[in-house]
Amino acid sequence: MATADDIEARILALLTAKVKQDVAVTRDTNIVADTGLDSVSVMDFVLELEDEFDINIPLDRIAEVKTVADLAAAVQDLGGSS
Amino acid sequence: MGIKDRIAAVEATYGRLRALGRDPSRLEFQNVWSPTEATLEGRPMMLFGTNNYLGMTFDPEVLEAGTAATRALGSGTTGSRIANGSYGGHKALEAEITRFYAKQHCIVFSTGYVANVGMITALGGKDDVLLIDADSHASIYDGCKMADAETIRFRHNGPEDLARKLKRLEGHPGDKIIIVEGIYSMLGDTAPLAEFAAVKREAGEGVYLMVDEAHSLGVLGESGRGQCQATHVEDDCDFIVGTFSKSVGTIGGYCVSNLAGFDAIRSFCRPYMFTASMTPGTVSTARAAFRRMAERPELRARLWSNCSALYRGLGDLGFETGPEVSPVVAVKLRAPEIAVALWNRLIDEGVYTNIAIPPATPNALSLLRVSVSAAHTETQIERALNIFASVGAELGIIEPGAGRAERFHVITGGAAAKAGGRTRPAPQGPASAAATT
Ligand SMILES: Cc1ncc(COP(=O)(O)O)c(C=O)c1O
Repeated sequence: MATADDIEARILALLTAKVKQDVAVTRDTNIVADTGLDSVSVMDFVLELEDEFDINIPLDRIAEVKTVADLAAAVQDLGGSS
Repeated sequence: MGIKDRIAAVEATYGRLRALGRDPSRLEFQNVWSPTEATLEGRPMMLFGTNNYLGMTFDPEVLEAGTAATRALGSGTTGSRIANGSYGGHKALEAEITRFYAKQHCIVFSTGYVANVGMITALGGKDDVLLIDADSHASIYDGCKMADAETIRFRHNGPEDLARKLKRLEGHPGDKIIIVEGIYSMLGDTAPLAEFAAVKREAGEGVYLMVDEAHSLGVLGESGRGQCQATHVEDDCDFIVGTFSKSVGTIGGYCVSNLAGFDAIRSFCRPYMFTASMTPGTVSTARAAFRRMAERPELRARLWSNCSALYRGLGDLGFETGPEVSPVVAVKLRAPEIAVALWNRLIDEGVYTNIAIPPATPNALSLLRVSVSAAHTETQIERALNIFASVGAELGIIEPGAGRAERFHVITGGAAAKAGGRTRPAPQGPASAAATT
């Protein structure tokens, strides 16, 4: 099982690659409000996370997520590793 | 965010569109007089933005059946079939659709939206998992939201991604319900159903496949049953859902299945139980339309020859189109503003299409959804392509193209070119000037 810090770092790396350069992404970044990504792009980002961590992320879990830290907690809770 | 904020957000979005031209949410047709012609802004418009794939809405027998039933049985049922009872027509329609699909059971719903929400909530119980294509229609997403089951989304038309997700669920005790569509309504692409069916079979017991044939009923398959029939996997499709709002030309929805005891769903499916049933008029309209569909297979042939003409024609002009020949031809554009401009100029010139821009589209695409009907004439398609050519060149989307007659010789095998006398000249003005250079 990966550590929370490790999961967070990997999510930050993937998200940074996805958003425009001028937005600094941190663990407190609100994934919808602060990144300029629309709701469909966020959903597609989740597909990437499912591959990265070899987990399924149900839609209702995404609905609860606001920040990168929330997302990392959800990924860890769902058994994210690989 | 409260209701006032949401209204303000919508106003801002549509305000931006309105500033560039018309507001697509406020268009009003003053009159519609055939499957392909209407009046908009007081001017005649060729309709290339409907789902009237077979042109059923003005079939004389269909119209007669609907009006006769309305006169005989009244304008509405005023209640649901569970609370207020079925009419004979509801039962007959279900029997006829069952026979059409060569399946054992059918339930008819009030709309296609309700059919999806109803079936998904009925299938997706508390410990079950719904696995849906990422580009699913809103009614599928809404059904998932309402169901007690968990929902997992897999990549659009991605059987491999679905297989990975099912593998992660190995040992999970609940049912798994895979949901895909026959033809996707925005890009007109079809689902690789043989591959999906193989993934389903591989995953073993308790895994079901549901296919929404909304845009493929009457369009695909030897007898028009849809993509399940076209790809020869009907036995693997446990639940086939569809709507009467497109090829059937009225309103209503259905699900067919061979599941033992399927009819019991009527007793716990809330979207079946708690909304009024189809009216006598729409029931009889749908029955007549299914009959006409069977009697007139040439409509499907006509539709496909029109599909090819429009798809190839737009491609030859230099527009970037969707991935395959289909009754829905997506014209992909570089930016939302370009889509808005093209959509507006086409209406100016008498061609109505649908506009779709982010976030309503997959992959942040901006596109015009151009749809074709068996009821379109060669001349209408030719005229529409000419207008696309001139407006597209005017807006700098495509290079000013080859001569009209030559182009149509390629597209329609010369029939339209030979009948040149029937062809209306391209509209005058700056648009046509650009096309002739
Ligand atoms: C794929 C798909 N499913 C379901 C529906 C809903 O059908 P209806 O218009 O009958 O509610 C539509 C169209 O609106 C659709 O495109």
